[in-house]
Amino acid sequence: MKAMSFFYRRLPSPLHATRAGVGALWAAALSLATLLLYHPLVLLALLAAVLCAGVGAGVGRLLARSMRTGAIVWLPIVVVNVLVYHEGVTVFARLGDLGPFGQGNLTVEGLVYGAVIALKVMLLILITTLASLTVDPDQLLRILRRLSFRSALTASLAMRMIPVLAADAQRLAEAQQTRPDGPPRGARGRVALLRAVIGGSLDRAMDVAATLEVRGFETARRAPRVARPWSRHDVAFLVSAFAVFALAILGRLTAAASFNAYPELHAPIGIGTAVLCVGLLAAVLLPFADRRGIDA
Amino acid sequence: MTAPLLSFDRVTYSYPGVDVPALSDVSLEIEPGEFCLLAGLSGHGKSTLLRAACGLVPHFHGGHFAGRVTLSGLDTREHGPARLGAFAGVLFQDPETQLVMSSVRAELALALENRGNGAAAVARGVEEVALALGIDSLLDRTTHDLSGGEKQRVALGAALAGRPRLVLLDEPTSQLDPVAGDELIGLLRRLNQEWETTIVLAEHRLERCLSSVDRVIALEQGRVACDGVPDAFLSWAGHSSPALQTPAAKLFALAGLGPVPAGVRQARATLRAHQLLPDEEPSRIAKPQPAQARAKAKLRRVARPAAALEYDGVWHELRNGPAILRGVTLRVQPGESVALMGRNGAGKSTLLRHAAGLLEPTRGRIGCGGRVALLLQNPGDYFVHERVAEEAPAQALAAVGLAQMAQRNPRDLSGGERQRLALAIVTGSGDEPAVLALDEPTRGMDRQAKGELAQELRRRSERGQAVIVATHDPEFAAACADRAVLMADGRVIADGTAAELLAGGWYFATETARILSGAGGALLPEQGAELLRTREAGAETPTDGQRAAHAIAPGVT
Repeated sequence: MKAMSFFYRRLPSPLHATRAGVGALWAAALSLATLLLYHPLVLLALLAAVLCAGVGAGVGRLLARSMRTGAIVWLPIVVVNVLVYHEGVTVFARLGDLGPFGQGNLTVEGLVYGAVIALKVMLLILITTLASLTVDPDQLLRILRRLSFRSALTASLAMRMIPVLAADAQRLAEAQQTRPDGPPRGARGRVALLRAVIGGSLDRAMDVAATLEVRGFETARRAPRVARPWSRHDVAFLVSAFAVFALAILGRLTAAASFNAYPELHAPIGIGTAVLCVGLLAAVLLPFADRRGIDA
Repeated sequence: MTAPLLSFDRVTYSYPGVDVPALSDVSLEIEPGEFCLLAGLSGHGKSTLLRAACGLVPHFHGGHFAGRVTLSGLDTREHGPARLGAFAGVLFQDPETQLVMSSVRAELALALENRGNGAAAVARGVEEVALALGIDSLLDRTTHDLSGGEKQRVALGAALAGRPRLVLLDEPTSQLDPVAGDELIGLLRRLNQEWETTIVLAEHRLERCLSSVDRVIALEQGRVACDGVPDAFLSWAGHSSPALQTPAAKLFALAGLGPVPAGVRQARATLRAHQLLPDEEPSRIAKPQPAQARAKAKLRRVARPAAALEYDGVWHELRNGPAILRGVTLRVQPGESVALMGRNGAGKSTLLRHAAGLLEPTRGRIGCGGRVALLLQNPGDYFVHERVAEEAPAQALAAVGLAQMAQRNPRDLSGGERQRLALAIVTGSGDEPAVLALDEPTRGMDRQAKGELAQELRRRSERGQAVIVATHDPEFAAACADRAVLMADGRVIADGTAAELLAGGWYFATETARILSGAGGALLPEQGAELLRTREAGAETPTDGQRAAHAIAPGVT
């Protein structure tokens, strides 16, 4: 029974209709922009763009869920940063001696910088999730197989095994729940259960390996090059990727996205920043406007 | 004379660390274009023979191998499975482990790409195999979204994509519902007839495919015990291995008729020749609900004692997904045995999971008259210890006849024994469960083990336990249940006595019922034979037939 699953599924969206190589490049451009830019407003614009792109690709709900789950990562980043970095000048709380963390002078700069780093991490998580939900892994691995066949196939298998093993684990857990006295308890019981899980996984891996053997893995050769005409979506997302990349470089090199946290917050918002934000939003989202030829 | 496509020459093979050989002095030859059925009880060497044919034995599994196997002239000792894969496509039992790519198109293309075909050849091969198997609409679907039947077809497509001369199939229908199973066998027959593909199929439910095959090879203790046309096999099974007899053959043997039929059509022709099958339309002669059963059903409605299990308008709706159960209302009395039938995805497993509390209904209510013991599909999922004695209390082991095996490793048990151990685990030794629910318990089981399980369920039902079994196997349903419920799309679409439900259909009907057009509600060979004897004696009237059939039916009212 599947409710929501974080696996690629072909949906009717421009991003899904784009060839995997371009989709991956587009995601890479977004990631690069995230890494290069620090201005909070620009990062928020990028966050909005990624979330809207998720909606445009039909995976908005999954992205929102990923964002909620991502709190496990970004929340500690903010807390640790504000506790560890005391270089800011605007103190908003004095907690005294915090042992290994030194004097507990919590600063606004530390808080904001932590939030910026957390935002960047969050963005990277969302972009990765968006790519894994919308870029066909088989097509992507096909490209990689031309470079390193075995590594690509191993990666492909690992991806395929994740849902299979997840289903196995679910089945085993259900079976143990139906025991009259519940699942085995205590250290010995847990070890026995772990052994059963590992044994089951190895059995699965053996079966998959046998399948690969009879499909010719041993004698496998490089995947043939497939000539495929460029669709309107391929072109649109390729242009979008270059535009995002160019805007990121521009933002990095000019004052439009300049940002300093220490010793005092410095994040000027001028016309350049606004243009950069609008530019990024447009570059990311415009390819989603054309919804012709996007059959699932 | 053509050279054999596959030949075994005095092959003996033992798995690593096992003294008893899985194959023992096996010699046989399979000609191009043959459709062969491998028969035999569980653990008698069918799968090993298939694995030896494609080179997995000994290259992948290791062990001691003696003798010679040649496939298309290549010695399997010198050529591994990858090289032999160009000549033999293989389909194993579990489709889940045979799909290695994310999309159907990539799955079908993998073997072709591995063999160095060019882009155009790969694309053409994928397109052709998809069209041939009727899976062209699935090409752009992701593999983990497919149903069990679809996965099995895609796995078959992947095995066939390179147009191998030989296809080896290991119980490919064991996880499929009767409709998908029959479709798969029909498909194999078509491949064999139209493409002249040689097929070697290992299967437990022989009645499903016997009429389609040219030859049957029966294995016993790893040896070839019988090798001949279906008629010869059935004659041999009749006196040497009754557990391999099909229901039709058993029906004829019990009724003292001959020749032994390989399928329903042949059986009906023989009966017609003996004037034992009236020329009337089946619907006119079939009286699906015997008077006694009607009376009992009426009694049930009037008396309504406390139910052992009651579903009251139960819905199960997935968040952002479809409804799996749609307002199911069902009442099971203590001592009643119910067979839940329907296609894959009809909602049977979900219904049972709700009974055991593994799932909560999104709407509706479930009431239980006591503990519900649920036995899930894979008995291996219950085993976490090294010894049988550690898995279940001694009393429970004794109750299922496993007391003597307390010191053995659960994973070394046979299919039937594993199922009984799992039954001992879920029932435990304390209070007897009020309800015993079993989800597809006969998957991969041979007929003998199924018979033993059916008897065990009958015993429990007679002790007052309510038994509810989800199954795709009409023969098993007829043997263990007196009521059948047919589900489709999350709803109960038919609910009646087993005689009523399993006698009148094409797919959800026993072979005996299909032969006799459901006459007299006879489901099992014993009931059918009694009916035929009555007809032969010239005293046949529907009422007499029904009486005769139901008088001898174990537990059938």
